[in-house]
Amino acid sequence: MTHALIAGVHEFPERKTARSVLEIQALSARAALDDAGLEPKDVDGYFTVAGNPGVGPLATVDYLNLTPRHVDGTTIGGSSFVAHVNHAAAAIAGGRCRVALITYGSTSRSSGVAVGTRERISGEYVDQFEALYGISTVGLYALIAQRHMHEYGTTGAQLAEIAVACRRHAGLNPVALYRDPITVDDVLRSPMISSPLHLLDCCVITDGGGALVVVHPDLARDLRKPPVRLLGSAEAVAHTAAGRRDYLVSAAAQTGPRAFAAAGVSPADVAMAMIYDSFTITVLVTLEDLGFCKKGEGGAFVGGGRLQLGGALPINTDGGGLSSNHPGMRGIFLVIEAVKQLRGEGGARQVPDCRVALVHGTGGAFGTRHSGATLVLGAA
Amino acid sequence: MAGYAKPLPEITDESRPFWEGCRRHEFLVQRCRACGARQHYPRGVCAACWRDDLEWLPSAGRGRIYSFTVTHRTQARGFRDELPYVLAWVELDEGVQVLTNVVGCDPAAVRVGLAVRVTFEDVTPEISIPRFTPVS
Repeated sequence: MTHALIAGVHEFPERKTARSVLEIQALSARAALDDAGLEPKDVDGYFTVAGNPGVGPLATVDYLNLTPRHVDGTTIGGSSFVAHVNHAAAAIAGGRCRVALITYGSTSRSSGVAVGTRERISGEYVDQFEALYGISTVGLYALIAQRHMHEYGTTGAQLAEIAVACRRHAGLNPVALYRDPITVDDVLRSPMISSPLHLLDCCVITDGGGALVVVHPDLARDLRKPPVRLLGSAEAVAHTAAGRRDYLVSAAAQTGPRAFAAAGVSPADVAMAMIYDSFTITVLVTLEDLGFCKKGEGGAFVGGGRLQLGGALPINTDGGGLSSNHPGMRGIFLVIEAVKQLRGEGGARQVPDCRVALVHGTGGAFGTRHSGATLVLGAA
Repeated sequence: MAGYAKPLPEITDESRPFWEGCRRHEFLVQRCRACGARQHYPRGVCAACWRDDLEWLPSAGRGRIYSFTVTHRTQARGFRDELPYVLAWVELDEGVQVLTNVVGCDPAAVRVGLAVRVTFEDVTPEISIPRFTPVS
């Protein structure tokens, strides 16, 4: 059952900008509304993350001069904007709003934020048992890569295939940060950051932002373009579990089956997938947990060009966080690219016959606690 | 200890018994008197049943490395001057996992499954930080 339609999307194209976080969001919102054929006065639901800027959505609601009757500041890391689509659909189905606007903006690159290697201190109770030990985001994902290699014999060369696929796709995206092709050897020879993850196993750091417009199905005929249908969605959190956690099982193991069941489709029906790629290992574990292959078989699955355009499951056709953009919370770009593919607007990187796309956002750190949000999207 | 540049724990009443144990060079693991569950990190309630009837039991301080990473680049305070260093999840024999550093060995010698024991660094008159080192 379709509760909501994605009517408009926009990705802010600059990777380093003189614009502010608020300007990025306002310009993206205007462009996404143009894409949808709607106006600011039509917006009655608003979604963004905390710190974007301010403690919640208030700063952006004020700047955009909005009058929402539904507001949501869900902040669960990079997957937040994927979860916002799910929440917008629920709000629309519940009669809380009819036109939901979701925005994001960040100036991580121009502000010099070391997204992956900075000290990871959350200001929470648990810091006193974790922050003492030199933890960073990349380190907390590297722990998972090391364990995966130990349990299943996964190799650095297999992880590198994911970076190679994303880079090839970035070469087809005019606004991607890095566009020159790379090889598996290039990844393995790049500097070790936190073993076994090399520099090219890690996402880039950019500025950026974007906007999504999610609407009630009744509005379908008023839109400028055929809308994308939300077929199924799910969210979950996986954490330290009081000290008894299987860290190789991510939140996607919970969200994948639920989202597929809600959509009435299976992994075999998916033409392309947008998988949060903070690091190569994030993609490998997520693909396993979503059911595209068995647990432990991800290393073999990602090779042989399977994840590249022309392969059985092209992923991250925009170049992903590994090569296109990663301002800190990438979830919104996963949705934007999936929508473009489902509309046939992919240009040189279009996946043929793209009828069903999967989006999976990850937020937080695989090595301690993280969120997962899955969407199954269908063409009009 | 002057010059300790790494982060220090911000101890609260909720966690004080754990840190007092560390000061005595004892690694304490909580057990719920109501439901019997053991847990780490320590907290004011049982993570299984949410009751606050917990006891603190000394761990033997031995376990095995569940996973690790040798960090070569970081901005983390105090650590960026000590590269490379080892961040690890250690699984104690009592069954709970502990996020920690592995010290006192060549980082290149660290392996998943390696047997380790707790060691304490006295960093201030009040605070001792638990880390793990290979069992020789």
